[in-house]
Amino acid sequence: MIRIGAFLVGLFFAGWLLISFLVGAVAFVTEPPAKTVEHEFHRDPKHVSFSFDSPFGKYDQAQLQRGFQVFKEVCSACHSLKFVAFRDLKGIGYNEAEIKAIAKQWAIKTPDVDPKTGEMSTRDPIPADYFPKPFANNVAAAAANNNAIPPDLSLMTKARHHGSAYVYSLLTGFQAQPAELLKEFPDAKTPAGLHYNPYFANLNLAMAPPLTADGQVTYGDGTKATVDQMSQDVAAFLTWTAEPKLENRRRAGLATIFFLLIATGLAYMAYQNIWADKKKAA
Amino acid sequence: MSFPWAEHYTPKHPAMQWIDEKLPLPRLVYNAVGAGYPVPRNLNYFWNFGVLAGLALMIQIVTGVIMAMHYGANTLVAFGTVEQTMRDVNAGWLMRYAHANGASFFFIVVYLHIFRGLFFGSYKAPREMVWLLGLVIFLLMMATAFMGYVLPWGQMSYWGAKVITGLFGAIPVVGEPIQTWLLGGFAPGNASLNRFFSLHFLLPFVIAAVVILHIWALHIPGSSNPTGVEVKGPQDTVPFHPYYTAKDGFGAGVFLILFAILLFYAPNYLGHPDNYIEANPLSTPAHIVPEWYFWPFYAILRAFTVDFFFVPAKLLGVLAMFASILLLFFLPWLDTSPVRSGNYRPTFKKFFWILILDVLILGYCGGAPAAEPYVMISQVAAAYYFAHFLIILPLISRFEKPLPLPNSITEAVLGRDVIEGEREALPGMGSDPQPSHAG
Amino acid sequence: MAIVEHVDSEGTAVSSGGDGVRRRDFINIAAVSFAGVGAVAVVVPLVDQMNPSADVLALASTEVDLSAIQPGQAIKTTFRSQPLFVRHLTEKEIAEADKVDASSLRDPQTLEERTVDGKKQWLVTMGVCTHLGCVPLGAGEGENRGEYGGYFCPCHGSSYDTAARIRKGPAPKNLEVPKFSFTSDTAILVG
Repeated sequence: MIRIGAFLVGLFFAGWLLISFLVGAVAFVTEPPAKTVEHEFHRDPKHVSFSFDSPFGKYDQAQLQRGFQVFKEVCSACHSLKFVAFRDLKGIGYNEAEIKAIAKQWAIKTPDVDPKTGEMSTRDPIPADYFPKPFANNVAAAAANNNAIPPDLSLMTKARHHGSAYVYSLLTGFQAQPAELLKEFPDAKTPAGLHYNPYFANLNLAMAPPLTADGQVTYGDGTKATVDQMSQDVAAFLTWTAEPKLENRRRAGLATIFFLLIATGLAYMAYQNIWADKKKAA
Repeated sequence: MSFPWAEHYTPKHPAMQWIDEKLPLPRLVYNAVGAGYPVPRNLNYFWNFGVLAGLALMIQIVTGVIMAMHYGANTLVAFGTVEQTMRDVNAGWLMRYAHANGASFFFIVVYLHIFRGLFFGSYKAPREMVWLLGLVIFLLMMATAFMGYVLPWGQMSYWGAKVITGLFGAIPVVGEPIQTWLLGGFAPGNASLNRFFSLHFLLPFVIAAVVILHIWALHIPGSSNPTGVEVKGPQDTVPFHPYYTAKDGFGAGVFLILFAILLFYAPNYLGHPDNYIEANPLSTPAHIVPEWYFWPFYAILRAFTVDFFFVPAKLLGVLAMFASILLLFFLPWLDTSPVRSGNYRPTFKKFFWILILDVLILGYCGGAPAAEPYVMISQVAAAYYFAHFLIILPLISRFEKPLPLPNSITEAVLGRDVIEGEREALPGMGSDPQPSHAG
Repeated sequence: MAIVEHVDSEGTAVSSGGDGVRRRDFINIAAVSFAGVGAVAVVVPLVDQMNPSADVLALASTEVDLSAIQPGQAIKTTFRSQPLFVRHLTEKEIAEADKVDASSLRDPQTLEERTVDGKKQWLVTMGVCTHLGCVPLGAGEGENRGEYGGYFCPCHGSSYDTAARIRKGPAPKNLEVPKFSFTSDTAILVG
């Protein structure tokens, strides 16, 4: 009984799947799916190398500090960094006094309640505070930015495939819409207020090119602030904000795996040892 | 235990003796995973995966309890508390990555454990109950993993919850009330998150309980082995401890090395970037995929694209997805071949490898976007999946000519039935003259 | 350790004697010891994760602005998630505190010992009664300061004097003075 029932169920599912396949195949041949502009013109992130690429790579602290400067002077006007606190800057090489000064001088103030009146007010951030958001809420953010909400950047490099290269590619990838694209997809003209960028998922980005001119920021360490350099630096900085424990993780991993290799080697020898008499007979 | 030659527990230390008299727990352990459990001497490395699955469950429970100490099951803070665990809690990143990757490793070893059972016919009499309980564990694992994935409240968490509970919406009449009941609302929200957290905490302990039943049921007939021939006498077995504890120790080491490589050097490799974006009910990710271990089933779900008269394709997909797991419960009665091990079943073996390939293809398609040619490929692959278990396997069992089986495990290992010198030591336990087929 | 014993005896049983015995035993013991060391090493992060996290430690010190506190007034603020009393003593209160013979007290301490040199008027204490941890009254405007004019714990009636020393009631110790320092004339850093 079970086998007859199974046979019928199997015949139904398999048969109907094959019929679905035929229907789909006919449709695929007669009306092949139209090519999409994203499929044709979207580009994977550029190849760019960072100090932390290799499994044992570390962050380059000077680069992270430069990237932080780019974030501070350019990105932070619109983008929040809500999971990162000023105190975390210790991780990119600032000492406590410097962090305190950075927090105190931060352009955006931390919202707080006035202790006397109970009204909403703001105060200077302290190291324990998270980076204040540039907009009070999403509605304000959308209203100020042509209806597009600038996303939080804390986790951006982990929220995209090849995130570090993605951020770099996006920042350096703004360009005029290629003529072939308009020829092939006349309807896909970049709408007013958006900006063409082949590294962005749907090609048209609300953000205007944020890094436009060499020397837009002035690096304290004398590095020449080309657009390419600034993009790399801020991509590295955002990799650190997304994964601040990367170096701890890799260090712990090395020790753990080293230990496990020895332990497993010993376990193998003990295993062979214990089985010696049983194998010997073979 | 079922083997009369099993060693008996005799506590040496007075303290152990005292405990054993009051609570025979040492005896239980000794008989379950100690020297008191005789195990076939010829188990290969595929028999390591049961113990490894237990290890993975323990890793999940320990890291999971710790994650719960730092987690807030509220849609306003859930994403932030997980991030805070990663950034601020001491060793929090380790706990979180271990828990997320531990789930993947749990599924890897369980899938290998299931494939071991499929190839070596471990589901056949007298071990049907072991197989059925194993499937119950598998179902519980899937439910636990699904709910756990919702907890970080990222984009994939939210949309995964929405899509999977939406499957119930495909059931006619009662579907939508069931969906709202599951979610405690009309879309995933606070109520859903809280109940998923509660159940995600509870189910692993239920799994642990069913694991105990699974092992209990295994100890009645004893472990199967790569020849599929039953144990005939003491010369065929070795005590679990120290022989298999040593082998499992080595296996655990290899498992932990691979786990550590992923955990410390590519912790996000198996995850999806979209889950690092906080859940947003107003914006759907470009393509929603579950975690990799659900991909084959997801492919089956999506393979149904044509309505069957009055049955909508969506409902068919849901039914087929559940059927693809439920049919495994009938496996002991679908495969009627008296020979267990695939090593002695030439036709079965060929189809077995086709099935493995088929499931891998289904997995690949399940992870790909719902577009051609992946849908067409998964339709053919899903058709084979059902045909394999429900049509091909019963037919093979009927018509296949198996290869000759060894007379005993010892013969398979040593080329002769009994080790010289052991014959005298074990009078009356010599070679078994009966040819073994059903084993 | 039962495992070690067992592997030990197995190893002996297995080997044919002589040096082989010791070498084989050694490997088994080494393997089990490594597993043990590994298990202990794993426990370290499992225990450490319950220690205060970085965001909690970041609030382990608090800055307090004193400029608005007039003599005779006190404020109640928080330090490490617990109440902190900062009191600006009047000349009279200082005199009252100094009048008492410290050695006669339950927890002998002078006001000098409880304040910073030259800033005797600033009394900074935890607002946690040393009896059972209630928050004493007396920091707020118009609150009962008890019969010694300092703080009064309503739970079991402990009275503290103007130097926040225990004078009456079940509390065993004076109100705790946390570690603090002046960062300017009108600001302190506690912790």
